[in-house]
Parts: sequence; structure tokens; C-alpha cells
Amino acid sequence: MEPQNQSPRKTGLTAIDGALALITILLIVQMWLLTATLESYLAGHHEVALPAAIVSGILLIICAALYLFVRRVDARAREASRNETRHG
Amino acid sequence: MKLFRPASKEPLWKDEFSINRADEQYVSRRQFTKFLVLTSLGMFAGNVWILARSWFGKTPVYSEKNICRTTDVPVGGVWLFRYPTEKDACILIRPDEETYVAYSQKCTHLSCAVFYAREKNRLECPCHEGYFSITDGRVLQGPPPRPLPRVLLEKRGDQIVAVGMSTLKDS
Repeated sequence: MEPQNQSPRKTGLTAIDGALALITILLIVQMWLLTATLESYLAGHHEVALPAAIVSGILLIICAALYLFVRRVDARAREASRNETRHG
Repeated sequence: MKLFRPASKEPLWKDEFSINRADEQYVSRRQFTKFLVLTSLGMFAGNVWILARSWFGKTPVYSEKNICRTTDVPVGGVWLFRYPTEKDACILIRPDEETYVAYSQKCTHLSCAVFYAREKNRLECPCHEGYFSITDGRVLQGPPPRPLPRVLLEKRGDQIVAVGMSTLKDS
């Protein structure tokens, strides 16, 4: 098996793609949660609103953390790419 | 000093407005991630809004309204009226001699008008075949997600009066 010698940019893109896929899944869960909560609220079940808001907040925090991860990976890959260009 | 531009394989506009395609793709992914996170924030705001409505929402106050006289509705017949506002269509049913029940006429699925099917003794929505019980308004069959809101009635002499609305909380 050949050793993988990927450029920092390519590695960064893979990481960003992974984070993007994860955020998309979390967003779908959050959409489902919002519609289910609205449905329950309209049916008179007000007690589900608090747990749903808490779970939605947790999902938002995870999404925000993934976004920060993407930004960091992006900045690091750009820096590496810049150094590569500078040193030939 | 060179007066002329050296011959290049790329057209002039590409030299002067050089865009690194890989860089552009890279930025757009980051921006898309940002957009998704903002959407997530919107979803969270929606959940918080529902929570605020359930905590601080006002309980509606219903006024009383004369619907009809008991003699106006024959056994097995219906009477259409509007309650609590002129925009809310309702249906009053008299399934037997002494019983009067009334529900919102708006189907909880897609707001089609429900009608009383006398032979099957149930309320039916013609749009997607949603059926409701006339006993308590619960869904018997079909796509409606919630029971029909019930109009609370009082019989005062020969007058039937609407005094409020209630919704069956199905589990």
C-alpha cells in the first residue's frame, strides 16, 4: 500500500466535506424537531416545547462548533498552501 | 523595460482577472457551512418562539353566542354557524333527540370543510377522507393530525348557546 501524501489543502477539503455532511444531518434532525414541536403545540401539548428547545439549542451549539472547526481547518490549509507557494 | 506583453497561452482577460478556481470553491464551502449554521440558528429561534408562546401565550376568552333554537335542527340534522369570529365556520349536529354537539368545520389537515355523514354517524372531510368522531372530535381515520376543536354548548330553554371552545388532547 502506498503511503498517502496528500497536500494540506486536499486534507482540509476532506475535513470540511465531512463537517458539512454532519451539519446537514443535524439540520435535518432540527427541522424535523421544529415541525414535530409545532404539531404538538397546535394539538395542545405545551409540555414538549421546553425539551424540544433544549435539544434544538444543543444541535445549534454542535453546528456552531463544527463551523468553527471548518474555519480553523480552512485557515490552517490556506497558511500551509501559502508557505508551499513561497518556498517553491 | 518591456513594451509588449509576452505571448501567453491564457487569454488576456484571464491574466488580468486571475481567479483561482480551487480557492473559489474553498471559500464557497466555508460560506455554505456558515449559511447552514445560520439556518440552524433559525430553527432554534423557531423552537424558542414556540416555547415563549406556550409559556406566555394568552388563554383566549370566548364570548357567548346564541346559535339557534332546539326546534331549528331536526334529529340527524345539522346547523351551520360561525364561532368565535365570523371567519370560523362551525357545524352543530343533533344525532339524537337530546344531544347537540358542535365542532369547528375546518379539517385539521388542510382546512377543508368537514360535513356530517348521517348514515355513518361521523364527520367526514371530502378532500383526503379524514374521518372524525362526533362524540369527542377525535380522528377516526385519515391524515388529520389533530382532533377537531369542539364548541362548548349550553341549552337555555329552547335556545342553544355557544360558550367556548375546547380541544381534545389525544395521546
